[in-house]
Amino acid sequence: MQLVLDQEQQELRSAVRGLLAEHAPPQRVRELAEADGHDARLWRRLSAELGVTGLVVPEEHGGAGAGHVERAVVLEELGRALAPVPFLASAVLATDVLLALDDTAAQAELLPAMVSGELVAAVAWDQESVPSATRRDGAWVVDGRARRVVSGDIADVVLVQATTGQGTAWFRVRGEHVARTPLRTLDPTRRLVDLDFAAAPAEPLSTSDPDAVRARVRDLAAVALSAEQLGGMARVLEMTAEYAKVRVQFGRAIGSFQGVKHRLADMCCALEQAEAAVRYAAWAADAAAEELPLAAALVQVLVAPATFQAAADTVQLHGGIGYTWEHDAHLYYKRAKTSELLLGTPDQNRARLADLLQV
Amino acid sequence: MSTPESPARDHHRSSGDATPPPADDGFRAKAREFLARHAPGPMEGLDAAEQLRIAKRFQAAAYDAGLIGITWPAEYGGQGLTAAEQQAYDEEAAHHDLPTGVFMVGMGMCGPTLLDLGTHEQKARYVPPLLRGDEIWCQLFSEPGAGSDVASLQTRAVRDGDEWVVNGQKVWTSGAQFADFGALLARTDPDVPKHRGITMFIVDMHSPGVTVRPLRDMTGRAPFNEVYFDDVRLPADAVIGEVGGGWLAALTMLGHERVSIGGSVRRGSDPLAFDNLVDLARRRDRADDPVVRDRLAELYAHERALALFNTKLRQEAEAGASPGARGSIAKLAGAELLWRAVDTAGLIAGPALTSWEEGDAAAEEMAVAINGTPASSIAGGSNQVQRNIIGERLLGLPKEPQVDRDVPFRELKVGTQRTP
Ligand SMILES: Cc1cc2nc3c(=O)[nH]c(=O)nc-3n(C[C@H](O)[C@H](O)[C@H](O)COP(=O)(O)OP(=O)(O)OC[C@H]3O[C@@H](n4cnc5c(N)ncnc54)[C@H](O)[C@@H]3O)c2cc1C
Repeated sequence: MQLVLDQEQQELRSAVRGLLAEHAPPQRVRELAEADGHDARLWRRLSAELGVTGLVVPEEHGGAGAGHVERAVVLEELGRALAPVPFLASAVLATDVLLALDDTAAQAELLPAMVSGELVAAVAWDQESVPSATRRDGAWVVDGRARRVVSGDIADVVLVQATTGQGTAWFRVRGEHVARTPLRTLDPTRRLVDLDFAAAPAEPLSTSDPDAVRARVRDLAAVALSAEQLGGMARVLEMTAEYAKVRVQFGRAIGSFQGVKHRLADMCCALEQAEAAVRYAAWAADAAAEELPLAAALVQVLVAPATFQAAADTVQLHGGIGYTWEHDAHLYYKRAKTSELLLGTPDQNRARLADLLQV
Repeated sequence: MSTPESPARDHHRSSGDATPPPADDGFRAKAREFLARHAPGPMEGLDAAEQLRIAKRFQAAAYDAGLIGITWPAEYGGQGLTAAEQQAYDEEAAHHDLPTGVFMVGMGMCGPTLLDLGTHEQKARYVPPLLRGDEIWCQLFSEPGAGSDVASLQTRAVRDGDEWVVNGQKVWTSGAQFADFGALLARTDPDVPKHRGITMFIVDMHSPGVTVRPLRDMTGRAPFNEVYFDDVRLPADAVIGEVGGGWLAALTMLGHERVSIGGSVRRGSDPLAFDNLVDLARRRDRADDPVVRDRLAELYAHERALALFNTKLRQEAEAGASPGARGSIAKLAGAELLWRAVDTAGLIAGPALTSWEEGDAAAEEMAVAINGTPASSIAGGSNQVQRNIIGERLLGLPKEPQVDRDVPFRELKVGTQRTP
């Protein structure tokens, strides 16, 4: 088990951090949050210039053939910056669905364009409402509504798990065949839309076990999202510790008061443990497939609430300024709450962990 | 809590700490085999002297088998191997309840400090028997008036020709009743500010003038002591590091202490360990309660995260990065984990935690664990002090205003040095 980043991984981190510092400063993130929430130029830089969208994709499909540890490093940086790009949707969820399928033709067709950033793919898999697929005149069509699809607003392709006469199957639907209903979102930096399919032409994706695909994608998504959350947690700790050094009340920097210092120490403690757990889960995704489900459940249970706590404490420790629209604290707060619920509620996640532990 | 009724235990452990061992893992195999043959059985009911004898016998056998001091320098009796071997041993050892507690102060704190600061002669003389368990060590820092504020200690050592003469009192000294040597902090210069006038000494606990009095703790046992020094004479070469450099030596040892406490392998038999609480839930028919499952899952996540953090610290150390103040994170998280476990135990067992029939060993042990939980939050630097350290040294937050930093100890207007 390797929990410490090697030289190359650290270089990757600085490259991504550098790029985001230049092209996704907080001001830019805010502007986009109030506009359409997506930075196409930044997306091209990340994909075409840095090549980080294809870290887990094999070289034959245009990827870097690296691994989940590397992808987690990128996600940490994206979470730190709240970068307005569809990485989670396209480079995580959709990429993982395609890689988990047996469909080499679809992989060969879609992955290179996704890696290069030309094509944004999204995944519809919410279990609250599952679209259905039927064969009509020798071709498949999908009907129904998919709820809260991440980056569904800009997806060129939607991968959807739909019910058929015989269980479920995976399909791809082109963007022009879906009707999109943008949702108001708790987190303005992460767009969610409902997608309506009305006899939308769909191409089936080949797999022997659609639910296994879903399970693997869910585990990998938990690891990826936790890495993103970790980055957010690291950023708010940094931000708050800085503030505590300069904000003076009662003639002292507030960071010298134990009520403040100790809360920051607890945040630091949570962050360091979360980091070890995320490194472990990413390592398991690459190197210990049999440990992945438990590792994924572990990080989900651990990291999401810790990140929200850190974000809430950040608002608190910044006092009134932290509660203003002008300050960044609320962006992390909103992202943290959204991420905490994106893949299931905390109690559902804990129940799943308990199942895996055979409690 | 006994092991036979724990079907889940091996499952959890192995799915956890386990990087699958490399194919040619002779060291791990050797450790496993040794432990299977030599790990002593349960010691309940044996008297303290008998337990000590068994512990020493085990330690010596493990040392002779090359399994103690794995990463310690070969020059001073260690094995000179890497953290990977240490980790393999720890993982194997976690399957047993080894009687290593009595060696912890020596192995985790005094030994590493000697390696850092001792002379070649001191290391050659003291380290090998310390590793083999032939000589037991204790840490003589705290005093009735100097706990968190160690530097306000009053025990003094006065130079007399070639020797030092020590007078004073220490308290809460773990294991002093078994110890052959102690690492003692004493004031050697009251005319300089309190941090600068302290020296660390090696003290032979069998010297004339050393009195050890057991002190009961809130579990009813007496694992720590009061120690009195009446004109105890120490040779000149008893000084560890520099005369007047005792604060640095103390910080060195406290750093090792936090890493050692934080990173210590939790005993499999700890009734508050996750696996054992799962067993408890099953035995009490509470394992299907969704709230119990919820809390157990959360407890598991925290227990595992701490274990992973400790592994990460070891890997960083291996790569040459000293854990520094990050040992405080492990220590604090370990203490907080226990509180979480106490809550979970209460949720599972309810009032059965509060009373039981004579002879119910499992209930008895649980009670001791619950009553012993505050120890982790106080010993080795309280949780508050760890948070101060994390805040100040890791996050760079301003220190608290200090009133005594530059005042000669003798002239301090506040603090505990003024005896009425
Ligand atoms: C089980 C056990 C074993 C021990 N073994 C040893 C041993 O082997 N050798 C040895 O030398 N000592 C030993 N100790 C002593 C231990 O190191 C001290 O008890 C500990 O450092 C706290 O000091 P104190 O008890 O004087 O509490 P105090 O320092 O008086 O603290 C009282 C309270 O005030 C808080 N406090 C103090 N200072 C601050 C501050 N700056 N900021 C915020 N809060 C503060 C503390 O957190 C605590 O809650 C042991 C203690 C225990 C419980």
